[in-house]
Amino acid sequence: MKSAVLVFPGSNREGDVARALTRITGYAPAMVWHADTALPEGTDLVVLPGGFSYGDYLRCGAIAGRAPIMDAVQAHAKKGGLVLGICNGFQILCEAGLLPGVLMRNAQLKFMCHDVFLRVERSDTPFTRRYNAGDVIRVPVAHGEGNYIADAETIARLEGEGLVLFRYTSPEGKLDEAYNFNGATNAIAGILSDKLNVLGLMPHPENHIDAAIGPTDGRGLFESVKAALAA
Amino acid sequence: MIPNEPRVTPQLVAEHGLKPDEYEHFKKMIGREPSYTELGIVSAMWNEHCSYKSSKVHLRTLPTQAPWVIQGPGENAGVIDIGGGLAVVFKMESHNHPSFIEPYQGAATGVGGILRDVFTMGARPIACLNFLRFGSPTHPKTRALVSGVVAGIGGYGNSFGVPTVGGGVGFHPRYDGNNLVNAMAVGIADKDKIFYAKATGAGLPVVYLGSKTGRDGIHGATMASAEFGDGAEEKRPTVQVGDPFSEKLLLEACLEIMREGCVVAIQDMGAAGLTCSAVEMGAKGDLGVTLDLEAVPTREEGMSAYEMMLSESQERMLMVIEPGKEAKAEAIFKKWGLDFAVVGRTTDTKRFIVRFKGDVMADLPIKELGDEAPLYERPFAESKKHERLDPASIPCPVTIAEALEKLIASPDLCSKRWVWEQYDHLILGNTVQRPGGDAAVVRIGDGPKALALTTDVTPRYCEADPFEGGKQAVAEAWRNLTAVGARPLALTDNLNFGNPERPEIMGQFVYCVRGIAGACKALEFPVVSGNVSLYNETNGRAILPTPTIGGVGLLDDFTKSMTLAFKSEGEAILLLGETKGWLGQSAFLATILGKEEGAPPPVDLTAEKTNGDLVRTLIRDGILTAVHDLSDGGLLVALAEMAMASRIGAALEAPPPGLPPHAFWFGEDQARYVVTVPAARLPEIEAIAAKKSVPLWRLGRTGGDRLTLPGERPILVSALQALHESWLPAYMSGSGG
Repeated sequence: MKSAVLVFPGSNREGDVARALTRITGYAPAMVWHADTALPEGTDLVVLPGGFSYGDYLRCGAIAGRAPIMDAVQAHAKKGGLVLGICNGFQILCEAGLLPGVLMRNAQLKFMCHDVFLRVERSDTPFTRRYNAGDVIRVPVAHGEGNYIADAETIARLEGEGLVLFRYTSPEGKLDEAYNFNGATNAIAGILSDKLNVLGLMPHPENHIDAAIGPTDGRGLFESVKAALAA
Repeated sequence: MIPNEPRVTPQLVAEHGLKPDEYEHFKKMIGREPSYTELGIVSAMWNEHCSYKSSKVHLRTLPTQAPWVIQGPGENAGVIDIGGGLAVVFKMESHNHPSFIEPYQGAATGVGGILRDVFTMGARPIACLNFLRFGSPTHPKTRALVSGVVAGIGGYGNSFGVPTVGGGVGFHPRYDGNNLVNAMAVGIADKDKIFYAKATGAGLPVVYLGSKTGRDGIHGATMASAEFGDGAEEKRPTVQVGDPFSEKLLLEACLEIMREGCVVAIQDMGAAGLTCSAVEMGAKGDLGVTLDLEAVPTREEGMSAYEMMLSESQERMLMVIEPGKEAKAEAIFKKWGLDFAVVGRTTDTKRFIVRFKGDVMADLPIKELGDEAPLYERPFAESKKHERLDPASIPCPVTIAEALEKLIASPDLCSKRWVWEQYDHLILGNTVQRPGGDAAVVRIGDGPKALALTTDVTPRYCEADPFEGGKQAVAEAWRNLTAVGARPLALTDNLNFGNPERPEIMGQFVYCVRGIAGACKALEFPVVSGNVSLYNETNGRAILPTPTIGGVGLLDDFTKSMTLAFKSEGEAILLLGETKGWLGQSAFLATILGKEEGAPPPVDLTAEKTNGDLVRTLIRDGILTAVHDLSDGGLLVALAEMAMASRIGAALEAPPPGLPPHAFWFGEDQARYVVTVPAARLPEIEAIAAKKSVPLWRLGRTGGDRLTLPGERPILVSALQALHESWLPAYMSGSGG
């Protein structure tokens, strides 16, 4: 499988996700500079990594969402190619219009870095086929602006069409405001596009892939993508 | 020289922080009256922050050598060899004064400055730590300072993309007007590709890189070299503004042009900006430097030479570029969207010449600017010795259980989760041990090597006995590294004190340094970089003497790193090291009895070495299952921390006869560790300890959900946890304190 990790000025988890892809899929991704206008020939998966693109001095992801490479990402998504946006990458996908809604400041107005529990809402997607629906996975978050918000109509549509892929829950998978640490609407941690080929999520599965360091619940996401592309 | 400049008057000299005799010396050195720009330059070079004029004679006594030391103090950061062709580059630096005046930006730029020191040498930063001290929780400013400083450290490090993996946070009324922000950065480089400030070769282009120069931070270093009076906040314009985004770009661009072989010498623009960096590059290489300021990228109109020379705008570098590589270097910087400008040349004249709009604004002897900075052997007085307190004379007005509950929820010993969860401590995917343990453990690349990192000092010990306190700070850092199984290699020190012109303060400094030197020598733990921050006082009241030690240790295999959490039920818990029940200057005395009295615990460096070496060997040989160093709060606090980290309780036995129970449980004797072993290995470890003549005392067994002590009510681990976690969030939300 061929993946491409976009590098914007201010990206900072591009190495983390490249390492996860290399270890789990067996292939090192191409690192693609934001000012490029084309993805490498035959790219299967585009990853927008975490970080603070352009310092996030404007709205998070606002400038990166309009970077030269994003036209190629739009075209890739349109023809059904897989796109994964993590953290700042999720914010960029929202700003680029590839996903609906917006990520506001965390409810407690602080940057937060700790492990969270996510309930996997469905397993029939290219990103979660190696999980079971209802699985609870433990992955870290590290963000100040991950409070997902959209208008009521959009939320209703996302929920109705099953496009919410991950939710912050208790370790037992129960919805509980105490675990919805950033105040996201309906505890939404990650959402899919209509065609299920674009995923944006705030947590960092790429940081939980190594048993020697800690939990490995993040591996399933990359294993899923690999399996989906091999199918 | 320059007609339109302000005339240099005695008042202007005083405003620049120069003493009359220092100014006279400067005039004699250059043989004439200086220009205004020259006065600015010399004030920047000769202030305490840049010249170390009060501290230098004492710093020279610190041990700085070991076979693994590649670069000791005097460069941007220290460098040590960790084998396999790799080097660790690290340093700690204070940003105390700016962080008090403007907490967010002051702390943020402290992190930015120390990161720059590390990547200037060609290293990629892999971890940050910090050491923070605030005033009394009841002081009206404290809450806002904590909030601002923590947000600033996080704001910079999180965006830059380096994990902040450890540190310390504490409170004491003596920091009321002067909080401390000590930031440490650690990087990894190829040991044969370290870059230095020393310029070589005359006639080479001097290049300015990074962000544009503005008016922020002018006189920052001078401000940081004075004590505060009322209205310190009026100095806010001297605080720089940080831009972690630019710093991240600067990092990538610098490492790229280093890889491309473009760099002869490099110096970051930190304190005193362009002045200090240019002078240092020239002086270290026995060269002159001529700067043409029209070429300096500025972000404001109409900046004068004086302002450009003294600006402390952040995220800037000065380099001497390999001849013929200018175009290549420029292309790389343009790709990263950063400014690149040739602003001068090296010369063989040893003069520091600054030209602007056709005029010579400064023409000074470059070596003398550095070398002839005033050097003081300030008078110092030894602190009054405190008496050793007899443990039997100290009452315990509460039960042991109540004392533990109070200590574990006290501002100094409570969980600092509220703080470190605001720092991205996981980025780069190599954080083996997160904050909250004895030392952070960070894997190097894919391993198997890892670094252990810690910052330590116990200021109330240093206040009561600077010599023992200095020793203890080093010993505790060494012990924390040992407790995770690492071999301690070297340290960086950040010496925070009050006004050195007062003999009692100078005495604190001198004796702390002597204590540090003694411990470094005994433990083979050299100082490779550091920073001195003096004049931490407000209206004549100084901070507690705070010589922060940042320790670095090496683990050959990160999978063997040891943690403090109990591992399973039914294991034997042992106390390693000698216990005399030392309560002088203990957390028990301060928290339970409200007293800071007596002599602090003495540090027996021979016992430290013997005990620590044994613990490390036992970890390596896989005998131990958990290890925790003993420090603030003593034995029972350590046991509680081990229980809370695992949610496994312990059944503890009665203390040895002859000691009051509270002295046994809360005494702060040094050179001690709590360890656990599977019960079956008890005879084995007892035999080993006996052979090494290391005292070993059976404390009890792990198990259950509570701590039980003979004659005390049981303490639920979950209840302790709730107390431990509650103080700081409650305080910060405004309901505690």
